[in-house]
Amino acid sequence: MTIAPERMEELESHPPNHGSEPSGIYKWVTSTDHKVIGKNYMYTALVFFFIAGLMAELIRTQLFAPNNHFVSPQTYNELFTIHGSIMLYIFAGPFVFGGFANFLVPLQIGAPDMAFPRLNALSYWLFLTGSVTMLLGFLTASGAAAFGWVAYAPLSDSTYSPGAGPDLWIVSVALVGFSGIFTAVNLVTTIFYLRAPGLTMFRMPVFTWNMLVTGILILISFPVLTAALVMLYADRHFGTHIFSVKGGGVPVLWQNLFWFFGHPEVYILALPYFGIITEVLPVFSKKPVFGYKGLVFATLAIAGLSTGVWAHHMFTTGTVLLPFFSAMSLLIAVPTGIKIFTWIGTIWRGNLDFKTPLIFAIGFIVAFTMGGITGVMLASPPIDFYTHDTYFVVAHFHQVLFGSAVFAGFAGFYYWYPKLTGRMYRESLGKWHFWLTFIGFNITFLPQYLLGLRGMPRRIAEYGPSDGFTFLNKVSTVGAYVTAIAFVVFLYNFWISWRKPIPAGDNPWDGHTLEWATSSPPPSHNFHKLPPIRSLRPTWDMNHPEHADWKAHQEELARKKSKEREAAL
Amino acid sequence: MRASGLLGSASFPRRLVHLSRLPKVVRVVGTGLGASLVLGACNLPTFAINKGATTQGRDTFHLFQLFTIISIPVLLSVFVPLGWAIFRYRKKDESIPKQTHSHIPVEVTWTVIPILIVAFLFVLTVQVENKVTAVSSHPNLRVNVVGFQWGWKFNYPSFGVTKVTQGVGGSSVYPQLVLPEGETTTIHLVSNDVVHGFYVPQFDFSRYALPGVNNYFDFTPTQTGTFIGRCSQLCGLYHSEMLFTVKVVTPAQFNSWISQQSHNTIGA
Amino acid sequence: MKLESRIYVGVGVFFVLVVVIYFLWSGDSGNSIFLVASALLGIMPGLYLGWWSRRMSPRPEDREDVSLEEIEGAVGYFPSYTIWPFVLGIGVFLTALAFVFGAWTAVIGMGFVISAAIGGTLSSKPKAMAHR
Repeated sequence: MTIAPERMEELESHPPNHGSEPSGIYKWVTSTDHKVIGKNYMYTALVFFFIAGLMAELIRTQLFAPNNHFVSPQTYNELFTIHGSIMLYIFAGPFVFGGFANFLVPLQIGAPDMAFPRLNALSYWLFLTGSVTMLLGFLTASGAAAFGWVAYAPLSDSTYSPGAGPDLWIVSVALVGFSGIFTAVNLVTTIFYLRAPGLTMFRMPVFTWNMLVTGILILISFPVLTAALVMLYADRHFGTHIFSVKGGGVPVLWQNLFWFFGHPEVYILALPYFGIITEVLPVFSKKPVFGYKGLVFATLAIAGLSTGVWAHHMFTTGTVLLPFFSAMSLLIAVPTGIKIFTWIGTIWRGNLDFKTPLIFAIGFIVAFTMGGITGVMLASPPIDFYTHDTYFVVAHFHQVLFGSAVFAGFAGFYYWYPKLTGRMYRESLGKWHFWLTFIGFNITFLPQYLLGLRGMPRRIAEYGPSDGFTFLNKVSTVGAYVTAIAFVVFLYNFWISWRKPIPAGDNPWDGHTLEWATSSPPPSHNFHKLPPIRSLRPTWDMNHPEHADWKAHQEELARKKSKEREAAL
Repeated sequence: MRASGLLGSASFPRRLVHLSRLPKVVRVVGTGLGASLVLGACNLPTFAINKGATTQGRDTFHLFQLFTIISIPVLLSVFVPLGWAIFRYRKKDESIPKQTHSHIPVEVTWTVIPILIVAFLFVLTVQVENKVTAVSSHPNLRVNVVGFQWGWKFNYPSFGVTKVTQGVGGSSVYPQLVLPEGETTTIHLVSNDVVHGFYVPQFDFSRYALPGVNNYFDFTPTQTGTFIGRCSQLCGLYHSEMLFTVKVVTPAQFNSWISQQSHNTIGA
Repeated sequence: MKLESRIYVGVGVFFVLVVVIYFLWSGDSGNSIFLVASALLGIMPGLYLGWWSRRMSPRPEDREDVSLEEIEGAVGYFPSYTIWPFVLGIGVFLTALAFVFGAWTAVIGMGFVISAAIGGTLSSKPKAMAHR
């Protein structure tokens, strides 16, 4: 039976909060509302993005000239270690998986909250305290951790990295890691058990699909990291020799453990942003997502393959099975390519409205395609032998990760900003933000490919004047400053929309998915009533009954049936 | 644990993919195309990639060049339709475009073609990888290389000659690895303390120096000259100053140099 | 429920395939153990979900043609405001800092953890069930 889709189904609203509602900071501290927690995650992650971005500017300033002494080698090592650690553990992942996912997944599946709201709050507090711990290292006498975000043993053991800084790094990553595991458990459970009636798995928005897959990937990979951290701590303090050769240990084991977490982590950072892109493109093209099922299977394929490629970070160790990991790494290009083509298919023959989210999304496709192609090159061991640990790799992963976390991240931030706050950002400032970011980003990272090919290793604090690195480094540094200006524009946009708010309305973009069917910002348990869910795009179906997806689907079914009848005759 | 590959010792079985294991069609097409492209690649632009001053490095260079060439049409297959869509499908009115959900033939095409491309790239990779990682059983010369914080030790075991970094932190005297041109040298690489990266950009090659792991690889230099070498893997405070040079000389020059050095060592 | 179970089982089967290929090719036992563990991580919850899906009729969220009139019962109880996650978070943080600064932070931290455990348990009696 079919419900007339014109009719909004009445939903009994949730009883208001029991007892008196707290206010001010106490309200913020005690809230278990997924929307409040999601926003907390986002704003915290953005603050840390700003801090780590400042570190990047210091790093680039040091590299502006040969034999520069802007910072000491020790400070330089600390800066890039904490820059990388914040960007990967504290910004890129939690921004989208703690922030966007927390805020949006319950809304997109028509749920009143996450499955475990108190666990969700605990996740956030562990994330916040863990993030602060990352910075505490700078306050200790021996400085912060200085062994890179990968913490290769034995450089990270107590002989070569004594002091409290590395221990704080371990505690920080462990706390943030636990927070990630809790969020993953929460999201997977929410998606499996709290979907609205009629919202089958294959009617879930791609964003929610990607969050589900990311959650499962986190559950597979994060425990390995935690285990590795425990081993590292034991080596540092309890006299074990798991990673030290002198006591019969195996240093390469750390690399295996770390990358068994670390490579899925790269996709844990990328898949949610792919989800954002897949939400933004259809809405601003006024078309459904093209090849929905293909996209879902591509996501699953990427996730599966990503767990079988960890040793491509270890080609130059001489201890791994090169052809296996090379083949797996090359294969991952196929589902990634499917995604990129599917995105182009989505905007093809659309009615493209170039608002800030769409521009950022297209910037993402450009950056990610280039980064993806150099990724295929790096999957080939001989090419990796040449470029491993050079600026070629630095350029590659910044194109991929900056492309994801910044371009796709801001595409999502601008897209859902009206839903988050009920206010509209300033369109022209958004465009300035994009163009400055895009130009700065390319000026920063494209020269780094050439630097890598010329043989500049990553993580070097200085280079010589005769190395031939000077000019390209200067260009790259200028690009980094432009990117910094772009961030200031973003902050100003954020500030002005807060000081002089323009109400956005509930559905300013003519959105497709359920979050646009509630108010902006949504009420405390999200929906007073839900539209009927008859397809992937319930809000679109409701607002465009003549173009509703369920109609097309029914017509298709009828056609199939009549064909079958003909065949039977 | 002893049998585990995690130990990464030199006893880790060297398992190369033999092309004979691949289906015959792939093998023939791959080898044919690969060979013709590698030959043709000599006249193509270098794309700023180092040409490789060893036979192994030269193979890597050609592979890298091919990957770059193949990446151009792939890049265009994304950017051309993307650019077309951006300019052609700009919003003109409030009309609602045709709601296309999927198109199976198109989706199959953009799945199958990439699979074929990566399969081809894999065949090329395996061919070159086997050449680059091959270790000669009868090299002309053996050199032991040890990485340490923050320097290198080059030891010629047959001649009793050792060259080592003197001092760290700004006042280093970089050691020189001298190799004969046109002859195959097997390098035995190991680290004394943390992980280092033995990296010679002009040879298009790097390999980790790992504590407790013996790594072997061959260089067959094809041109004389002095090339800079670096540590590629972060190894602590003076990582950026862990430099060395590789000097490639003719075999005759090498012989006179090494006999002079061993004479000095014995004399000293 | 069936699809949810299949996703997990699919993860497990994928890892079984990978570990077979990887182990036969490399003979490397250490990394193979990761992959076996990952396979179990997929298969165990997959079988659990599959076991349940055989024992229950499809849920409203698994049916394409469900109408809202058919649904009854509570979706769940959702707490509104509570201080205990914050207290627990601070407690865990202080306890974790003991790994850097010594046991004294753990003493304070465990105080927070224990009070959060007691407070959280006492306050988690659902006062009313939310209906949908």
